[in-house]
Amino acid sequence: MQLTLEFGGGLELLFGSKKKHQVDVSPSNGHIELTVEALLVWIRDNLLKERPEMFMKDKSVRPGVLVLINDSDWELCGRLEGVLEDKDTVTFISTLHGG
Amino acid sequence: MADLSAELHKLRVENALLKKQVSLLTANGNLSQNPTAISSGGYAGDAAASAFPEEVQWIAGAGHSLSGLEIRRYSRQLLLPSFGVEAQQKLAKASVLVVGAGGLGSPVLLYLAASGVGCLGIMDPDSVELHNLHRQVIHSEALVGELKVKSAAATCLAINSSLRVQEYAFALEAANALEVISDYDIVVDASDNVATRYLISDACIVANKPLVSGAALGMDGQLTVYNHAQGPCYRCLFPTPPSQSACQRCADAGVLGVVPGIVGTFQALEVIKILTGVGEPFSERMLVFDALSTRIRTVNLRGRNPECAACGDNPQVDRRTLPEFDYEAFTSSPLCDAPPPRQQIVGEDQSITCRGYKEVREAHEAHLLLDVREQHEYAIAALPSSLNIPFSLLPQQRDAIVAAAEVTTSLGVKSLPVYVICRRGNDSQAAVNELRSFGLSAYDITGGFQSWVQDVDPNFPFF
Repeated sequence: MQLTLEFGGGLELLFGSKKKHQVDVSPSNGHIELTVEALLVWIRDNLLKERPEMFMKDKSVRPGVLVLINDSDWELCGRLEGVLEDKDTVTFISTLHGG
Repeated sequence: MADLSAELHKLRVENALLKKQVSLLTANGNLSQNPTAISSGGYAGDAAASAFPEEVQWIAGAGHSLSGLEIRRYSRQLLLPSFGVEAQQKLAKASVLVVGAGGLGSPVLLYLAASGVGCLGIMDPDSVELHNLHRQVIHSEALVGELKVKSAAATCLAINSSLRVQEYAFALEAANALEVISDYDIVVDASDNVATRYLISDACIVANKPLVSGAALGMDGQLTVYNHAQGPCYRCLFPTPPSQSACQRCADAGVLGVVPGIVGTFQALEVIKILTGVGEPFSERMLVFDALSTRIRTVNLRGRNPECAACGDNPQVDRRTLPEFDYEAFTSSPLCDAPPPRQQIVGEDQSITCRGYKEVREAHEAHLLLDVREQHEYAIAALPSSLNIPFSLLPQQRDAIVAAAEVTTSLGVKSLPVYVICRRGNDSQAAVNELRSFGLSAYDITGGFQSWVQDVDPNFPFF
């Protein structure tokens, strides 16, 4: 399944300073659908370059990271259980505190 | 010449401060003057005056109480059909608390002062520093060293002398937050640290004030309106604070001056919209600004969370508990933008003070100075005769470092001691451990360039 992954608010530094990634992700063995939870594991194992603790905590993203699916808060799309579809855009934004 | 212009600016600021005192003494005397009392100065209405009784030269069509002066001053806003006298009058009666007079607070205050908001509260404990000026455009060279609230108030009053300004030259704390915030109609979060952001949000929930929140770092900006029309609060979005290592500071990561300028200008816009009821406030949405690609996206956010500790159905934060709540413990970070404290990792036998290292240089002792800051930081200012290899590249540069430390003497090849320096003395310690695993005699220069400036060379342009 073709997905666009985007990282912002400094998270891109964990991904070689690249903000936008076109990826091809398949559901893991025995699954028909790709959930956000499975995508997080895929990103950690295939895309993340450094400091996994700055991206994930337990099975989810670390506190302070907002996840968007097609520009909507993942809270509105089932969070970790949300099912992704071909050509979805998943965005990870670290909240900023500077001023 | 420079001295003269600085002196001139100081006099102007002093003049603005005196004007402010005068306006405070004559409060209520300026804003709501009887239109007939000042309408003799040749306003547009005068031409038709002869057809009417002499004492009535113009009337306020919609029963507003804007003076002739205010009408002329704000005419370009009054001409907006969606804005008009009604919205302008709401602004004149409104009060806004701006927490932080820095990169975000500067445009917020400038635009709100100019727009005709009645009262501005300015809160900031800091003084103006030289490295603020590239983005904190409300302050100027002549006022470096002055309290930011004083500098910001003077600039606002220079723009608009009818403004009332309240200065709070201290930080927002759990103990004072509700008392300060309850005096205002709306609050602007223009702060620079995560602990203050949770505190402001919670206090706005308890005091029932809408919150216009902005943030900027590097080339990125974010904007959200919280606690407005059933929308979420900061805690609904971020119930658990991020770890301190995930919170970058402008002082470390840098920020392009115009980025907080853009976000702060958006904040001023949202304040004006909420105060006047004009337009659609930016609630339940977040604006994400990427300066590098000049891309602005708005994303849809969740609504208020019934489980939220602050604004949920059974809140733990209330008028009684908030003043006692320890926001620094909750977020593991201070209620200010201070750098995280340096941790001592390596032993004393693997450390040297900055003064000690200065003696090594002065005695011309053979050694290698390894600067492990990032390349762009090294490019700003460095010590002569140093080798720059960023901390993250140490493993792959192992052979190069070992070779650089080697000297050939009559007794054969030996390794020189390696002194390691960084910005504040944290990475350099981790580097010492790594270099020792390469078999090198590595020593940490305690406290890095921050200490070097304090203890050895105040002229080194620490940044």
